[in-house]
Amino acid sequence: MNVELKDINKHFGKVHANKGINLNIPSGTIQGILGENGAGKSTLMKVLSGFIQADSDSEIILDGKTVTIDSPADAIRFGIGMLHQDPLDFPPMRVLDNFLLGLPGGLFPNRKKIAQDINLLAKEFDFSLDPESYVDSLTVGERQQLEIIRLLWLGARVLILDEPTTGISALQKEKLFATLKKLPEQAMTVIFVSHKLEDVESLCDKVAVLRAGELVGELKPPYNTQKFVEMMFGKMITLGERQPSQTGETILSLDNISLEDARLKIKNVNVEIKAGEVIGLAGMEGSGQGLFMRACSGLMRTVGGRIQLKGQDVTGKHYHAFKKAGVNFLPAARLEEGLIPGLSLTDHFILAEQPKGIFIDRAAGQSLAEDRIKSFNIRGTPLSTVESLSGGNQQRAELALLQSPLSLILLEHPTRGLDIESVIYIWAKLKERCKQGAAIIFISSDLDEVLQYSDRILVFFNGNVSTPIDTHKTSVTELGQLMGGKGWTEKAGKNA
Amino acid sequence: MTVETILIGLAGVLASAAPIIFAVLGETLSERAGVINLSMNGTILLSAMGGFAVAYNTDNIVLGFLAGMLIGALVALIVAFTSITLKQSQVAVGFVLALTCRDLSYFLGSPYMGVTGPRLHAIQIPILSDIPILGVLFFRQDIITYISFIAIVLTWVWIFRTRPGLILQGIGEKPAAVFIRGSNVNLLRYIYTIIGGALIGLAGPAFSLAIRAGWMGTISGLDGIGWIALSITIFGGWNPARAAFGAYLFALLQWLGLVLQPVFTAVPSQVLQVAPFPLMILTLLLVNIGNAEWVERTLAAMPESTRKLFAKLLRAMRASPPAALGVPFERD
Ligand SMILES: Nc1ncnc2c1ncn2[C@@H]1O[C@H](COP(=O)(O)OP(=O)(O)O)[C@@H](O)[C@H]1O
Ligand SMILES: [Mg+2]
Repeated sequence: MNVELKDINKHFGKVHANKGINLNIPSGTIQGILGENGAGKSTLMKVLSGFIQADSDSEIILDGKTVTIDSPADAIRFGIGMLHQDPLDFPPMRVLDNFLLGLPGGLFPNRKKIAQDINLLAKEFDFSLDPESYVDSLTVGERQQLEIIRLLWLGARVLILDEPTTGISALQKEKLFATLKKLPEQAMTVIFVSHKLEDVESLCDKVAVLRAGELVGELKPPYNTQKFVEMMFGKMITLGERQPSQTGETILSLDNISLEDARLKIKNVNVEIKAGEVIGLAGMEGSGQGLFMRACSGLMRTVGGRIQLKGQDVTGKHYHAFKKAGVNFLPAARLEEGLIPGLSLTDHFILAEQPKGIFIDRAAGQSLAEDRIKSFNIRGTPLSTVESLSGGNQQRAELALLQSPLSLILLEHPTRGLDIESVIYIWAKLKERCKQGAAIIFISSDLDEVLQYSDRILVFFNGNVSTPIDTHKTSVTELGQLMGGKGWTEKAGKNA
Repeated sequence: MTVETILIGLAGVLASAAPIIFAVLGETLSERAGVINLSMNGTILLSAMGGFAVAYNTDNIVLGFLAGMLIGALVALIVAFTSITLKQSQVAVGFVLALTCRDLSYFLGSPYMGVTGPRLHAIQIPILSDIPILGVLFFRQDIITYISFIAIVLTWVWIFRTRPGLILQGIGEKPAAVFIRGSNVNLLRYIYTIIGGALIGLAGPAFSLAIRAGWMGTISGLDGIGWIALSITIFGGWNPARAAFGAYLFALLQWLGLVLQPVFTAVPSQVLQVAPFPLMILTLLLVNIGNAEWVERTLAAMPESTRKLFAKLLRAMRASPPAALGVPFERD
């Protein structure tokens, strides 16, 4: 199907998220939409898929006919299906029920028939989906696969994918790309949204670049990376050389620790982490990194082994004991677990400084907030509530809230969803902490980030933990394979 | 005590649980759709009074039950409108309604205090009622108790076996995901809240026209039942079958309180009468204890075999609420 977007405008209050965007997407092609976080990509795609409505003068033309798309139901009737950036599925329900939910038909669905259809479609695309398994036991990649076959089953002729490569393994990405490349042969149109250059370069027939709500231009192969970067940022940006850290005394020592929760068991991990060191945890989501992190932060008790912090035994102790010993944990869900929606930056700084007495010294809090806002380059005022800040600024605020001095900082996806300038800034701040003698452990699904910033890497696969791998001795390819469960005995060994 | 009297007692347990069954099924539907109807305690009282008054004045029991359902539906409509359309706090609105409806029932009900009115009688189902044991238990009940049995099965089948039921599960879990699948989330929330309210409204007449026939105002002993039904909904893990089990358990405890009174003469009778309430709270605690961090920690320190056993047990009992319970849905 031929998709034409004409003069698409969208305001969210004062924010002009899409500024008069014109784009023509011919049938049977893979169209890339590239842009930094906050550029307006998701907004544009939500307009096309009926999730939100554009301002009144905008026009959507399908195969030459102007159409009104008021809801996702309308969109799917026109054959437009969208895979959303945050998976819109039902984790506590089975794959089969997720697939069935919302499908047309009689009162009692024919589960057997649908299970067959799932298996058939999965086989066609070489996906492995068990209709009976629960969605919360699937990886992000598998959840995408489920959503893709569901949309195809519903008869989508235009498939929109919003940032599908965030959070999936290298192997799953290969499989996804292979699948997407097959679709244009069947006269399907694919719209692939990403902020990652290498993704659009290796997949798309043409790429439109968005910046601050505007369509800056379109490029066709052969692609010029330099040109892309200029269009995305309006200037040149580089990550710089990888910088190994200076290490000092041992901060954290894990002696044969074992962990378990309802789903996963981790056995006998031995690691020593030194001051100034950055340890990256790589693995598909739910392979055990989360457990490991929670054990290191004292949020969860180990079922065996010994944990020492700077030589002091803290096995089985509470989070507070860990915190006193200088451990700080920044969870991935910033607004749910890290920051308190509704409270201003000033309130946060007052809380974080653990004031004595009952009454709040507002003036002191305010000047503290002003200080930190300046030194952490946060775009906001002392009175801004945290939920009104953009993702990058929320993350800066979290870093600004960290107590000092610290011996161990634990970070879950510290830069997920952030624009590249924020990423660089945040890592610069973190490296400063390392110079002051802190050790860092972080989880990231972005292997490039892991390789860029870690000194050593632990790979997780299904509860197995590799021995620490020196970053300069490994590569994206090797890590990707380990994460997928290949090549364990030769290189990484079991951490036993 | 003979076997016969025990059987009759147990049959009475099934009958006296019927109103609670309707209430928990109604609340389960409402909460599955993401709306907490906290007005339940007041709704039950008001519909008990209203249902009785209508049946008394028209001398028509069916109209009495319909009136109860209408009252429940109207109160639920207020809950739905304030929370879904006006996006006000469900807890605050529900709580105020619970108190208002209760006082309203006492005020409007005073002319009917102690009046003898129509009531349901048991219907023996031919052949089935002669089956040993089961006959006495299940087939010599009144019509509303039979309907309560059917309601449990229907609600369960609806939620877990039908297409619309699947959508209902989804709405409570992640409304945005239901929206992209083409459903009108807020309309469905209205419908389920109102149907749930009607079921809750059936609980009132199920008391005042059947097992506790008549209206006795503040001494009817109905005040508090709604709060218990609310906790049984949680105990039931938003599953009609489990919730029904909770309702029967509560009715059984109440009955035991009565029959054990002559046995434990040393225990003041009030203690036995009130005991079911704290016992319900205790079971609630047990069901949800697996969610507590200290339990996790204690378990982690135990030897492997014990740990496994407890973990299994706790997982089997644990129920988590619909993720979007009480959360309004907006497109952007
Ligand atoms: N529902 C919303 N309400 C208010 N502002 C929004 C909403 N959705 C997006 N925005 C704003 O619109 C801009 C574009 O966002 P988005 O389309 O999500 O960007 P991208 O997908 O390119 O990262 C951002 O400034 C974002 O904060
Ligand atoms: Mg986006």
